[in-house]
Order: sequence, then structure tokens, then C-alpha cells
Amino acid sequence: MATTITMPQLGETVTEGTVAQWLKKVGDSVEKYEAFLEVSTDKVNAEVPSPVTGVIKEVLVKEGDTVPIGTAIAVIEEAGAAAARAPESASAPPATHAAMANSVQEDPIPGFNIPQLETAAAKPASAPPQTNGRSARGGSEGVIPSSYGAPGGLEPDAAGEDALRKASPAVRKLAREHHIDIRTLRGSGANGRVTADDVLSAARMGPSAAVGHAIATVPAPASGTSTYAEPIPGTLVPLTQARRIIAERMVESVQTAPHAWTMASIDVTGVWKWRAREKDRFERETGYKLTLLPFFIRAVVESLAAYPLMNAKFTPSTSSGQAGIYVNKDVNIGIAIGLPATLVVPVIKNADKLSIKGLALAAGTMIDKARRGKLSADDLAGGTFTVNNNGTNGSWASAPIINAGQAGIITMETVEKRLLVRDDDSFAPRYVMNSCLSLDHRVVDGYVASGFLADLKKRLERMTAEGATL
Amino acid sequence: MEGRAPRTNEGTDMAKTDTKAKGLDRRGLSDDQLRQLLRNMFLQRQLDNRGFQLNRQGKVPFALGSEGHEALQAGAAMAFARGKDILAPYYRDLGLALGIGLSPYEIMLSIFARAADHNGGRQFPNHYSSKRAGLLSFSSILAAHIPHAVGAAYALQYRGQGGRAVLVTCGDGTTSEGEWHESMNFSAVHKLPLVMLVENNFWAISTPLDRQMAQPEIWKRAAGYGMPGKRFNGFDPIESYAAVHEAMERARSGGGPTLLEGTCYRFLAHSTDDNDMTYRTREEVTEHRKDDPVPRFEALLVDAGVVTEADVATLKKEVLRETNEATDKAEAMPFPEPSDLYTNVYEGAWQPWQ
Amino acid sequence: MAVTAGSKVLSNVEAVRETLYEAMKNDERTIILGEDVGARGNVFLITKDFVNEFGPQRVIDTPIAEASIVGIAIGMAMEGLRPIAEIQFADFIYPAFNQIVGEAAKTRYRSNGEYTCPLVIRTPYGGGVRGALSHSVSIEALFYHVPGLKIVAPAFPADIKGLLNAAIDDPDPVLFLEHKKTYRLVKGEVPDGHYTIPIGKANVVKEGAQLTVVSYGLYVHWALDAASALESEGISVEVIDLRSIRPMDRATILNSVEKTRKLLIIHEDNKFGGIGAEISAMVAEEALFALDAPIRRLCGPDVPAMGYAEPLEHEFMSSPAKMADAMREMVRF
Repeated sequence: MATTITMPQLGETVTEGTVAQWLKKVGDSVEKYEAFLEVSTDKVNAEVPSPVTGVIKEVLVKEGDTVPIGTAIAVIEEAGAAAARAPESASAPPATHAAMANSVQEDPIPGFNIPQLETAAAKPASAPPQTNGRSARGGSEGVIPSSYGAPGGLEPDAAGEDALRKASPAVRKLAREHHIDIRTLRGSGANGRVTADDVLSAARMGPSAAVGHAIATVPAPASGTSTYAEPIPGTLVPLTQARRIIAERMVESVQTAPHAWTMASIDVTGVWKWRAREKDRFERETGYKLTLLPFFIRAVVESLAAYPLMNAKFTPSTSSGQAGIYVNKDVNIGIAIGLPATLVVPVIKNADKLSIKGLALAAGTMIDKARRGKLSADDLAGGTFTVNNNGTNGSWASAPIINAGQAGIITMETVEKRLLVRDDDSFAPRYVMNSCLSLDHRVVDGYVASGFLADLKKRLERMTAEGATL
Repeated sequence: MEGRAPRTNEGTDMAKTDTKAKGLDRRGLSDDQLRQLLRNMFLQRQLDNRGFQLNRQGKVPFALGSEGHEALQAGAAMAFARGKDILAPYYRDLGLALGIGLSPYEIMLSIFARAADHNGGRQFPNHYSSKRAGLLSFSSILAAHIPHAVGAAYALQYRGQGGRAVLVTCGDGTTSEGEWHESMNFSAVHKLPLVMLVENNFWAISTPLDRQMAQPEIWKRAAGYGMPGKRFNGFDPIESYAAVHEAMERARSGGGPTLLEGTCYRFLAHSTDDNDMTYRTREEVTEHRKDDPVPRFEALLVDAGVVTEADVATLKKEVLRETNEATDKAEAMPFPEPSDLYTNVYEGAWQPWQ
Repeated sequence: MAVTAGSKVLSNVEAVRETLYEAMKNDERTIILGEDVGARGNVFLITKDFVNEFGPQRVIDTPIAEASIVGIAIGMAMEGLRPIAEIQFADFIYPAFNQIVGEAAKTRYRSNGEYTCPLVIRTPYGGGVRGALSHSVSIEALFYHVPGLKIVAPAFPADIKGLLNAAIDDPDPVLFLEHKKTYRLVKGEVPDGHYTIPIGKANVVKEGAQLTVVSYGLYVHWALDAASALESEGISVEVIDLRSIRPMDRATILNSVEKTRKLLIIHEDNKFGGIGAEISAMVAEEALFALDAPIRRLCGPDVPAMGYAEPLEHEFMSSPAKMADAMREMVRF
């Protein structure tokens, strides 16, 4: 077995060494502890003893050359049984368990690469001795104590009170300045902590966003009580903050916007097959599932570009301005996500600038955050049009209620295999999906709305894998 | 006295002094200089006493006396070359401070802790400082000033300034400190222009000599450091002058350092915060008072015809008047302002969190 | 690395050497004294051959007596020379505590400005070099408490030169701390010629938006490594190199915390009563309402010293990985 000898560190702060003289040459035999070369550093000259008994197989550095500590300088072919034992040179680590991935200790090298959290205990580049598995953190365990942040399992109102009680000085000050009730916010910080950024986002987006944010999560109900998620017949389910707000907003939307409705039936076979081809690789690479949603949103944003009035907002006259239809510049697509006891609509900002893959990642992130209750006020604010993927529950058609402040909301209904009659009267089994559009009739008429829907259908039916990338 | 440090001055050089029988050996000093010695001793005794009077009057919280050291310090001061030499004293060197040129007024400013004091009222009394006179600022920490004296002597040697030397003093107690040893060693290695004058008054607050050292003759340590050493009778101002003068001349001319030991006795307690009757007897003190150097030298000079009794009376009145004037003038001066607490921390104005 | 005209690349130890050399050449009042600084040229060869060029009167091999190394230097300073005293390892400084804290720091104050003490005390400190219990300690916390004393601990060669020159020029006593592990490990561009960096100014070595990290010495470099790596995770950390421990640049720290709202202090020295404690108190006092997270300190564990055995030293010392963990945790709070 070959043993590689590296330039030793001959002094506390020495970083390199010079091979002064080789005392053995290739082919010479050497005993363990026998000196086989002389090394000089600017502090000291020293003979280096061999760590093993064997024969010099390779000499890698010439006399007079200077190399950094740890550079391979020679290879010795070990003699016989000695090779099987664990190496005893100072540079090899004793056999111990790897330290936690986060805390691998090495001699610091400029440009040190921090091991990723997701990878398993990383092997260090050089091989320093490792600890026996106990935490290798010097000083305190975890920098932030877990007492900070709202714990899970509280009733929503209690959670709000807790957030208020534990609000940091910055949060209090900003909330005071911007007249925001901390209790209405849900935090994006650790353990659901309301952060200063949460307050600032709420302040930027205005009160409705703060309210919308409050809908973002509802913790699991305590056992024994009747909740919206687990209603018990014959009981009165108390209204949570979220439910109260949803109710208010739905009433507001229906009472202010005259809802009209239209529907189209879309042959999504091409998209379906494209998705099927990509989904495994996508999931492997990103950890997220690939659904039809990003493909659909991609088509939606293109159609919105062609029909900008669908991306508008009816603006009644106020003291500060006249009435009108405000045509949004940004395309921020809200995706409605149904959770056990509530409904949230996080927003993919500037969705028109994202590829299908980008949309898939953005949607995946939002869905994940929604499930974990980690959506921030900013995540929920600024939507200009909403997509509701209804199809997962088998729905064939639905009449969604528009998000107040938008001109329309469109659904993806369930995908089913149907037998279609082609133009040439032949039959073909195809994947077909209905799509339903509710529109604010103050902003758009049927002409615009159905034009938009027809355009969307055309785009989706044209989408195939040929020559396209996600 | 071999084998055991003395508790009293029995058997020491002091006891052997018999001025009446010997007559006056003036060691090259003129009549004027002898009168100056006497004057310095009277002034030291008077100012020393004034500090205690003020303390008993409740006017100053603290006083520290030097009775017993008058002859030693007057003689040493006479050997000091004003304008050239540097003095690194400790806090019992009132006589030396006066002898090298500080005024009674400066002494009283220090006792009253007035703003006009050299130290701005920051230090205890007796912690003199005067760049003008060549007196190095020092703290209350024993022996801490001795390496400073060594460093100053090094500077003189480095600049090639012949004819200049550092006179550093301390008590017997200080010679136990590590920094005393380090300083002796270094100054000997480099043959620095320095004289280490130990004023052995046999008491380190409450610790008598035999509890401080096994070798009672401090001057003998000189051999261990490789420098000359000498002991003299610190109750004799002329002998004190001669010993210090010889050592200072040696230092000034490049002959290196000397360890001098002047024996005397501390008649008072360490300070107003000390009750010496807890560790020594009144009889012992009374016994030593018989050798009080001040009346002794007075008698010597009168006997030798250098001064008349009338001269002495006039001198004492003069010294008292000076003391009174200095006291009144200093007492009338203002204390430092509270805002003065913040000055001279670093160069420039003080800032919070600096 | 690219070198601009009028500068050269030096390691930290070379920067100390060059600065001392120039000071010796340009001012005859400059004296270097310490153990093994003459014939041996200092145990890190910082003053190698100085004694040949400047003579033994200016490069003094002292006896082994730390108290008087500083004490004698104080006397030299009071008498008008410009001494630079060396304590061979910071671990040996304790006998000189009396002279540094009781005497040097108080000279100007006790004499109301009549005497001053323009003294530099240089010493290598810090661990990570298998120095064990007596060649690895950090001492700044013992001394930074003392008004009248200045303390600097630069981490980069250009700062070493500028701050050492400033220390030599300073009319007050300066404790100049050199992290021995950075001596050869850290290299950087150092401008030619004489220049000073004001004592009391920190340096923002990396700008960031989500967290302020304050550090000094070797750990600045590791904090920078950690912060740079975190950029790829979308985490933006601002790193401040304190450079000057007393006086400390409070304005820079406060401005940064106002911006990022979170503060992490990282130092090798023990946590309890270390530099981080004072910074924490100051920031809590002056910028409480900017804070969106508790101030945290990632510091050496509160044990007397790091051991000789490698696992013991590893456990004591931090690392870029540990620092990155702490930074990440704070940003996500």
C-alpha cells in the first residue's frame, strides 16, 4: 500500500516549507522513524522521519523547492502487513465519528467552502482529526434561544397576543409609526416570529394586505373543540380571525363587483405529455412536484399581455383621484391554495418574466410556505390576477369569486380523458380540461373576456414539448 | 549586626555616632551649606507637623509623616545637582522634595488637594511631581517607580549625557518587591547612571526589619547584583551628603549604579491611618527619640560655632512664618472643579465611551 | 493578487517588521526592548538583524522580567524617548499588569498632564497554533477596561502598518495586539511610505443588509469567509473589523445596526466580560429600537484556556462553518 507523505508544519505559524535535502532516493528502503529528508522553514531546519517502513516509490518535489504545508512531496510503498493497520502519521485522523455537517472544523483556508445544510456529513478536504460526535460548536449552543418567536398550537387570537408580547423593539417602533396592529400580522421569522420586515411590508401594501396576511395560517385546533377544520355536528364553530376575514372579503367582492362567468374546454394533451416527460427529472433536481399549473400560468400571462384589460382593476372615484379602470403594469399572479381550514392566495410577482420552470419553482415555494404557515405579508400582497387550480378535487366546473381589486379569476378544472371528434370526423382520446373564468363586468365585457379565454385555449393547445424548454 | 535584624538601633552605626566627642567633620561643605542643611531639616519637620495639625483640625483627611528622615534627606538633597539630575522619590521624601527646590507652598497645595497643585489634587498628599525640578511623577504603589527611574537613567545614558544621574529612593519595605530586584539587576547589567538610596527606617508599616529580610544589611545585596554598595548613618546629614555625593558622582561619570543604605528611624506611625501602638511600644519610640537628628544637628552646629543659638531661634521663627504663609496661601486656593475629573485621561478632550 | 503601484504584498508579520524598521530608522528616540529581540531577532524574526543595524543600545535584550520591561520603558517614555516594549507572548504579560494599568495608564492623569507616557507595548496573542495554555490566550478584556490606555488589534497588513505607526506617534500608552496565527497566514497589499490609520476607527470590510457582524483579529478573516459563502444562499451579512478596541468606533457599529437591525459579535476571547459584553451594552443602550433580534455573541467558551490536544483546541476555537451557522440563524430569526 502506498503512503503519501505531505509537507509537515514545522512551527506554529509556518505556512510553507522548503525541501532542503533528500536523504533517500527512489528505490531506497526506509525504516519507520528513520529520517528520509531535510526540510527548512524560515524558523527552523529539521529532519523528517518516515511514518512507515517501506521503499521510496516517488519523489514529487525537488531539492530547493518551496511548497505549502500539506502538499504531497513523496510516496512510500509500505512493506507487507504494516499497510493494513491504520496510518499513524500525524496527518491522518484517528478513526472517529464525523462531526455534525454544520460544524466540520478545518484549518481555515481563504475561500473556505461552507458545507451545505442538505448534504450528509461532509468529508473535509484535508483530514484533520474529528471530534467524537459531540457538538463541535465552541461557545454557546445555538445562537438564538428558542424562547423567541410564537410557538405553534396557540389559538389564533392567543397567537396574536403572543406575537405582540414578544415583538422586538424594532417591530414595536415600526408598528407604532405605521399604525399597524402587530396582532394582525403573521410572522415570517423563526417560529412564526413577526419581523421588522413583516411590519414594513404590511405598511407598504396597506391595511388589506395586513388583513390578508392574517389569513395565511391557522394552527391545528386543540382537541375537543369544534373548528372549521373539524366541525362537529350540533356545535357552533367559533369564527377564527381568518374565517372572519375571508367572510368579509367574499361579501365585499360579490357586493362591489358584478360577476359574470364563462367557460372553455381545452385539449391539454400536448401539455400533459410534456409534463409527463419532464416531471421525474424536475422533481429530482428541485425537490418540487411538476404539475400543470406552471404551464397554465405561462399561457395565462401571455394571454394577459394580449388582453391587458383582464389584468386591470376597477377604481371608484376617491378624494384623491377620479374613477377609472387602472391597467396594471406588473403581472402578479395569485395562486389560490386551499388548506384545511382556510384559503390563501400567495402571489407570484412578475410572473410574465418567469419561464415555466421558474413558475414551477415559484409556485412550489409558495405552496410549501403556505403549508408550513410561513407566508409573509409580502407574499400575499400585490396580486393582479388569480389562478385557482380546482381540478385536484375532481371539479368539472366552478364559479370562483373574484379577489377584490382584480378584474378576473380563472380556474383549472379536472383533467379527464375524453373521446373527441376531430375535424376530419375521426375519433381520438385526448386529455381535456375545463377552464372557468369569473370576470368583473365593470371592467370587461364578454367580448374581452371570451377573447381572452379563447386566446388562452389556443396557446395551451399549441403547447408541446417539441423544440421547447421549460 | 550579623544573624538577626535589629529591632532598635542598638549596635548600628547610629548608636556609634558621638558628635560631641568627634567634633565636626564637614566633608567639604561650607558653613552656608551646613546652615542650609539645618534649614532644610527644620522646614521638613515643621511642614511635616503642619500636615498632622491640619488633620487634627479636620481640615485635611490624611497626613503622612517623615520624622526621622530629616538628616538623610537634607544630606541627599545637597548632593543632588539641580537642573541636571533626576529625582525619583517615594512618598516619605518631603525633605528631598524641598531640598531639590520645591517650595513650601507647593507642598501645602498637595496637602490641601487644591486645583493649582502639580497633580491637580488628584494624588494623595506627598506624591510630588515637578518637571521643572526634575522630580518624576510617582504613584502610591511601592517599587513601581523604580523601573521608571531605571528607564530615565537609560535615557540619560543613551543620549550620552554625562554629568547627569538619577537618584531613586525607597524605604526598607520596598526592597522586598520584585520590581526592586528587576530594577537593580537591569541597572547593573547596563551600568546605568543611577543611585538607589534605601532609607531604612526599620519599619514597613507594622513589619519590623527582622520580619522582612534575613539579611538585615540591605547594602550587602549590591554584591549580588554586581554593583558597589554602602551603608551610612542616616541620622547624620553630613555623612548622608557624603555618601550620596560619592555615589552620584560615580553615576554621573559613567561609573554605573550604586546601592546606598541610609539608616534612620520612623518616629511616627506610617500615616494618620495607622496606629503604631498596635505593633510597637512607646518605650521603643522614646528610646529612639534620644537620637532625633534634628536637635542633634542643631546642637552640633551650635557647638562647632557654625550658628549661634540666636541664629537658630531666628531660623525657627523664619521657618514657621514660611510654613504659615504657605498654609494660608494654599488653603485659600480653590479645589478642582467636578468637570476637572475628566481632563488628561488621554491627550485631548475626554469623550464618553472613549 | 493584483498590486497597485506604490504598494507591495506583505504578510502580517512582515508588515510589523517593516513598520518597526522604518520607525527605528526615522526616529532616533525609538528604542525596542524585550526578551530575545536582539541577537535572536524576536521569536518570529520580526526584529531580525535590527541589532546589527541599530546597535544594542537601541535594540535591548532584556532579562526575563516582564514587569520591568514595561516599567523601564515607562521611565524612558517619561524622559523623552519613544520606547516600543515587547512582551514575548501575551500570556506572559500578567507580571506587567501593575506597570501597564497602575502606572502607564495613569501617568498623564495623576500628574495632571505634566508627565506623559508615549509608550507602545507589542505582544502576539491568540490561538489556533497548538500553543496550549500559555501561548494562546487573548488578553484584551483584561486591559480594555482601563481608561488612559489604548488598545488596537489589527487583522490586515495594511492596518498593521497604519495603526502601529499611529501607536508609535501616540502620546499615550498603546497596547498593540498581534494575532500570531495571522502572522504568516494573512497577506495583503500594504502601501509604501509612512502613513497612519487613526486609532479608534473600525473598518467595514464587507457591506451587507441583513446582519451586522463585529469582530477583530483572526476571526475577522473567518467571519469574512463565512459571510462570503452565505452570499450564495442569498444571505447578506455586513462585517465590521473593529481594529481598535479602545477607543472603540461606536458610530460605525451603531450605523450598521440601524441598517441591518441585527448584531452578532464574534471574538475568540472568553464570552463572559469580553469585548462583546461592552458592545452589547452600548448597542442596547443607544440603538434598542433598531433591534429586530437579541444581540448575540459567538465567543470563546468560558474555560481558562484552550488545551494542547487538538480536539480541545478545536472545541475552543470557532471556524468559518460555526460562524456561518450563527449568521444564518440570526438572519432567519
